[in-house]
Amino acid sequence: MQDEEILREEIAEEARDDVVEEFDGDYPIEIEGLRNEFGNQVVHEDLSLRVQRGEILGVVGGSGSGKSVLMRSIIGLQIPAAGEVRVFGKNTIGAEPDEEAAVRSRWGVLFQGGALFSTLTVAENIEVPLKQFYPELSAELRHEIARYKVRMSGLPEDAAAKYPSQLSGGMRKRAGLARALALDPELLFLDEPTAGLDPIGAANFDNLTRDLADTLGLTVFLITHDLDTLYAICDRVAVLADKKVVAVGTIPELLELDHPWIQEYFGGPRSRAAQVTSTRAKAMDNAADGKA
Amino acid sequence: MREWADFTVQERGGRTTILMQGPLLVSSIGVLDRKLRDHGEPVQFIDLSEAGDIDTVGAWIVSRFADEQGAEVIGASDEAERLIETVRANASSAAIGPERLPPFQRVAADMGEKVINAGHGIVRFIGFLGETLIGMGRIMLHPRRFPYKALVRQFELVGVTALPIIAVMSFLIGIVIAQQGAAQLRQFGAEIYTINLTGRLALRELGVLMTAIMVAGRSGSAFAAQIGTMKLTEEVDAMRTIGVSPMDALILPRIFAAVLMMPLLGFFSAVMAVIGGAFIADLTLGIPFLTFLSRIQEVVPIYDLWVGMIKAPVFGLIVALAGCYQGMQVKGNSEQVGLRTTMAVVQAIFMVIVLDAFFAVFFSEVGWG
Repeated sequence: MQDEEILREEIAEEARDDVVEEFDGDYPIEIEGLRNEFGNQVVHEDLSLRVQRGEILGVVGGSGSGKSVLMRSIIGLQIPAAGEVRVFGKNTIGAEPDEEAAVRSRWGVLFQGGALFSTLTVAENIEVPLKQFYPELSAELRHEIARYKVRMSGLPEDAAAKYPSQLSGGMRKRAGLARALALDPELLFLDEPTAGLDPIGAANFDNLTRDLADTLGLTVFLITHDLDTLYAICDRVAVLADKKVVAVGTIPELLELDHPWIQEYFGGPRSRAAQVTSTRAKAMDNAADGKA
Repeated sequence: MREWADFTVQERGGRTTILMQGPLLVSSIGVLDRKLRDHGEPVQFIDLSEAGDIDTVGAWIVSRFADEQGAEVIGASDEAERLIETVRANASSAAIGPERLPPFQRVAADMGEKVINAGHGIVRFIGFLGETLIGMGRIMLHPRRFPYKALVRQFELVGVTALPIIAVMSFLIGIVIAQQGAAQLRQFGAEIYTINLTGRLALRELGVLMTAIMVAGRSGSAFAAQIGTMKLTEEVDAMRTIGVSPMDALILPRIFAAVLMMPLLGFFSAVMAVIGGAFIADLTLGIPFLTFLSRIQEVVPIYDLWVGMIKAPVFGLIVALAGCYQGMQVKGNSEQVGLRTTMAVVQAIFMVIVLDAFFAVFFSEVGWG
C-alpha cells in the first residue's frame, strides 16, 4: 500500500514536470518559413501561419495550391524541405518517437475520403486509436466510448456495427470524424469534410463541426472549397496563393484586401449566394432568440 | 509518466460521497474506470470539486457511474456539466459488431453458408464461362473491335517475362529427375533409361504442369488482383458506362494470352528440362551431352509432345478463367482483393492437377500411353 503511495507520488511529480513543460500559449499550430517541393515543383515557399486556440480556421486556395500538402506537413506525413512546424509548441519535424506520439494523441485527422479501415466496423475503427494509445483502458470502457462517439458524430446508433462499405458517403465522413475524435483531441484537422455531400448533409455536417468545436473546446484546421462552410462556421480564413498564406482574417477583413485571387474567390456569384444564405440564417437565429 | 485519476470515499452522516481527484482524461482514467466498476457499496454523491481537467471520456465515466448508483454529481465546473450533459444525451447501448451466433450454431451456420456459396459459385462460374464464350463469338463477328494492343501486352506479361523463371525452374527439375532417376535405375544396370525417363516426363507431364503452376502463380494472381482493384476503384463500372465491355477489354485479352502462351511456355519448359537432364547426365553418368539429345529423338514417341501440347492451352484457359472470374467477384473492400487472388491461384492449381489426372487416363485409353 505504502509502495503504491510512493509510486503515485513519483508519478505525480513527473507529471508536474510535464505540466511545466507543457505548452500553454495561444497558438496550437505555428508554421514558419515552410518550404515544400516535389522535384522541381515548389509548392510552398516561406509559408508562415499561426492558428489560434479555440478557433475554426478555414483554409482555402485554388486546386493544386497545396492545402492538403500543408496539412500533411503539419501532421508529419510530409517532411518539408525547410522551415519549422510547431504543434503545441513542439517541433514536429525530427521529433523523438515518444514525443511525437504524445503530440499525435492530441490531434485527430479526418481525411478526404474518410480513410476508415475497411475490414473493421465503425465502432472498431473508433477503438483503434484508443487501443493504440491507451492499452490500459478496459474493453468495456472502449466499447462504451465508441458507442457514444458514434452518436456524438450524428450517426444513428446501429451504425456502430456496420462496415464502412455499408455506409453512405456522408455517414462515412461522420464515422471518420468519430474516429478523429476518439482520443478527445484538442486539435482537429478536417480535409474537405463537406466535399461530395448534398447541401443538406453539408449544412448538417457544418453545424455538427461547430457544435462539437464549441462543446469540446476544439481548435479546428479546416480545408474546404465550400463557401457555405466558410461563411457559416469559420472564425477566420487563411488564403493560400502564390505558394504562401497571403492573408488570414475574417471574411469581411479579407474582402477589404485587393488581392486578385481573394477578390475573385469571394466576389464571385457563388460567394454572394453563400453570404446571403448565411446572413438570412443568422437573422432567423437572432429572431428565434429574441422570441425565446 | 502520466498522472492517473483516482478517488477517495468519504462517509458523512450515513451518506457516501466519492471525491474524484486528478485529471479525468482519456489518458489518465484507465485505472479509475476499473476501480469504479468494482465499487460495490452504494454512493449518494460524486464530488468533482477536486478533479482536474475533464474530457468526454471522464464525463462519460462520471455520468455512467452516477446513473448506475442513482448518485448526484456535485461540484462540477461548467465545462464538466456541459460535457456530462453531452455524453448523457448520446448514450447508446447498440451493438458494436455484427451479431454473432453461439459457437455450436455458428459452425453449422458457417457450413451451411459455405455450401450455399459454393453452389452459387458454381452457377456464377458457369455463367461467367458462358459470358466468355459469347464474348468470343462476338469477337469472331467483329474482329476489328478486339483490343489487339492489350492482347500483345498480355503476351508480353504472361509469356515473355515468364521465360527466365521458367527456364531456371525447368532446368533444375530436369537435373533432379535425371539424377534421381539414374540413382534408381542404376540398381538394375539400366542407367541408359534415364534418357527415356527425363525425355518422356518432361514433354508429356512436367513441362506443361510446372509451367501451368508457375503461370497460375505469376499471371493468374495478377489477373485477379488487377481486375479486382479495378472493380474496387469503379474502373470496371466506368468502362461499362462508356460502352466498353470489360469482357472484351479486360478478360478476353488475358484469356487468349494465357491460352496461346501456355503451349509455347510448356514446350520451352520441356526443352529446358531435357537440357538440364542432359547436363547432369554428362557430368555424373558419363553420357555425352549430344548423345543424350540425339537419343531423345529415338526414345520419346512423337505423341508425347502432342499430349503435352494438347493439355497446355486447356491449362492456360483454366488459369486465366479462374484469375479473371475471381477478380470480377471482388466487392466491397481491399481485403477481398487479397482473398480472391489467393482463391484464384488455389483453384487454378487444383483444377489443373485434377484435369491432368483425367488427361493421363484419357490418353492412355486412346493408345498414347
